[in-house]
Amino acid sequence: MSDVIVLADHHDSEIKKITLELITGARALGNPVVLWLGTGCTDDVLATLGNYGATKVLIADSDSVNNHPVAPGAEIVASLIASMSPAAVLVASTADGKEIAARAAIKSNSGIITDAVEIAADSTATQSVFGGSTVVHSRVTQGTPIITVRPNAIPATAQPCAAVREEISIDISPSAQRVTIKDRTVVEKGARPELTEAEVVVSGGRGVGGAEGFGVIENLADSLNAAVGASRAATDAGWYPHQFQVGQTGKTVSPQLYIANGISGAIQHRAGMQTSKVVVVVNKDPEAPIFELADYGVVGDLFSVVPQLTEEITKRK
Amino acid sequence: MKIAVCVKQVPDTWAEKKLRSSDSRLDREAADGVLNELDEYAVEQALQLVEAAGGEVVIVTMGPERAGETLRKAISMGADSGIHIVDDNLGGSDAIATSAVLAKALSGRDFDLILFGSESTDARMSVIPAMVAERLDLPQVTFAQKVEVNGTELSVERVTEYGFDLLSTQLPAVVSVVEKINEPRYPSFKGIMAAKKKPVESLTVADLGLEPSVVGASAAWSEVKDFAARPPKAAGVVVTDEGEGGVKIADFLTSQKII
Repeated sequence: MSDVIVLADHHDSEIKKITLELITGARALGNPVVLWLGTGCTDDVLATLGNYGATKVLIADSDSVNNHPVAPGAEIVASLIASMSPAAVLVASTADGKEIAARAAIKSNSGIITDAVEIAADSTATQSVFGGSTVVHSRVTQGTPIITVRPNAIPATAQPCAAVREEISIDISPSAQRVTIKDRTVVEKGARPELTEAEVVVSGGRGVGGAEGFGVIENLADSLNAAVGASRAATDAGWYPHQFQVGQTGKTVSPQLYIANGISGAIQHRAGMQTSKVVVVVNKDPEAPIFELADYGVVGDLFSVVPQLTEEITKRK
Repeated sequence: MKIAVCVKQVPDTWAEKKLRSSDSRLDREAADGVLNELDEYAVEQALQLVEAAGGEVVIVTMGPERAGETLRKAISMGADSGIHIVDDNLGGSDAIATSAVLAKALSGRDFDLILFGSESTDARMSVIPAMVAERLDLPQVTFAQKVEVNGTELSVERVTEYGFDLLSTQLPAVVSVVEKINEPRYPSFKGIMAAKKKPVESLTVADLGLEPSVVGASAAWSEVKDFAARPPKAAGVVVTDEGEGGVKIADFLTSQKII
């Protein structure tokens, strides 16, 4: 069976959920081999990766990899494509992931597909495009399929296996080391889960009325251990930070539950949340297009409905 | 400083987008073509850098005849000239071919900076800046929320999943910017009038020294096998709040086993 390279998405020894989802997806295509760039691959990490089906973990941990973004990773991926002839390379659809995939595709004369939500055994990728309104099946027709996969799309399932650790040393060219990471700033994001990975997202829009109004949205989110999102109207007005914008010009989310509060549901916003499994809507305008997506909707004032809902959830837990 | 800004004409963000059944390509005729919103931030950044340090801004686009309007729109924000790569052979090009075309058009023109938006609102791949950097063998500093040029040194804050990284490199370089970097200006009336007279160079695939066989749909390294509209969602329940709206949602969530 051919190997399938999975590029691990991690922050030091914290494994991002997408990595386990990628390994799960890779099992359908072949033998999952994880590529771990940088520090953090502890024995616990190795065991977790193995628990989801990684047979081998290749570790590239050197100053050349750690101090320079993207370009070294692309060289390593391209070099492994050449030496291992894998059936495919699976990468997380993050900024770094997509760029490493993009550069590796050029280096290895391979086609690339981004933002897959499913991958079949023959490497055919399913994509959900135009805000989830169209489902596309695509495949790479040249070289090694390089596919980036959206977080929260493939449910991670365990398939225990003893992963073998292998340190690899691949020379990184000087030109891939021309950009230097001088400093890393971690912005305190609080206890809430990451927007794109969250099981539940609670969002606010124009109807929230101002920055202070987001308090009720955050309270509801915290009662559900949810991430907070915002529509473009809310972020453009400066009521909530840009990085929480859900929509065509913001993040795309696909949680189990999406609660839209005071959001009208223009295509711009729907494009970022349309594939959520269950959608709940609170809006005082019964004509708001967002109600077309609602599994359950309440026409009413969010400032009375949302606090009541928060209280009720807290009571029932 | 000589700055190129690569922009794309995309269907209006507020319009529904559909693939054409004949060739599985985006139906660009069905909606108004507009300047990709995320590219406006790149144009603004270029103008600010040139206003501070002097130099010129060249807008570059690849697209059909009507993408010329988008090129003029970007120029009207205050740029100096444009390059329009327009050729019937380009239709259906994938990101791989697009990056090859852009790289050819950009090379040999002594640009200090090549700027992009962080993604296009239609394809949303976010890969072209990285691919162009790869092809031109230039340093890549993408997803910038802050760009500073000091002589030939470039400092950029790159947005990451957990915050941002401070990156440093030497010019020339390829940069993409995110939407929080600035507030794009609206073209002034004077800018719009002036844009009509600014020089725009029109280039074909042959002008770039590329074979037609390396661009277009037939040269793509990936293909669409089939596609379908997502089946419409079954209508949900909508009730009017009469004081119990929150409780009713909680009941619904309980029935869905979410709480």
